[in-house]
Amino acid sequence: MTAVENRPTPVDHLDGPSPALSVAMDMVKRSIFLLPVVVLVGALIGGVEGVASVVYALAIVTVNFFLAAWLIGKAAQINFALVFGAALGGFGLRLGLIFLAITAVAGQEWVRIVPMGITLIVTHLGLLVWELRYVSASMAYPGLKPKEHR
Amino acid sequence: MSAIASAASQVIELAAEVTPAEAKAESAAASAGFAYGLAAIGPGIGIGYLVGQAVQAMARQPEAAGQVQTTMFLGIAFTEALALIGFVVFILLKFA
Repeated sequence: MTAVENRPTPVDHLDGPSPALSVAMDMVKRSIFLLPVVVLVGALIGGVEGVASVVYALAIVTVNFFLAAWLIGKAAQINFALVFGAALGGFGLRLGLIFLAITAVAGQEWVRIVPMGITLIVTHLGLLVWELRYVSASMAYPGLKPKEHR
Repeated sequence: MSAIASAASQVIELAAEVTPAEAKAESAAASAGFAYGLAAIGPGIGIGYLVGQAVQAMARQPEAAGQVQTTMFLGIAFTEALALIGFVVFILLKFA
């Protein structure tokens, strides 16, 4: 047996479920809890049109989180080297998709741009900060904290 | 020389036809484009650096790859908020 045959197999991908995807799914769940608040604020600001605009913005934010985590998770399950391309390519792709999603509806009657824009930023940052409370990111629990520690 | 002079006179005629409202809309559109483009540069550099370090960490310590991935995902999301702010400035200048 040669020295080359004795070498351990290099670990170049992540086995098992993606921890980033579990965090993103938890954020999607929290966005459902956030929905009544967002609807109330949208109704106060812009009535029915305001509600439609802020719900649309919240949907964009949640899809954006899910897509980011899914791309990174899938890339890590194939090869760590792919993560770089997936993260940077995904950044450009998601910015382009958000641009398309907003410009596609910008001229519609039901759209109120200001509440939509504010909701994009506030819910994005709000969901992230809220989620930090539940993220473990330890060797034992790489994604979310176990339920008994929450 | 005469071709340049005629082109210059055409530009002057076109500029004279632009109303103040049109000029304002044009400058708003240009500013919106700059806001979006410039706002995407910083997060692009930040995400590139962040992911580069994360991939290096995964390569050095594959057993910590899950932990690194979670931290990387959250870092990307926070950095992306800067690009989103630029994008919101863009849509406010363009459509509001």
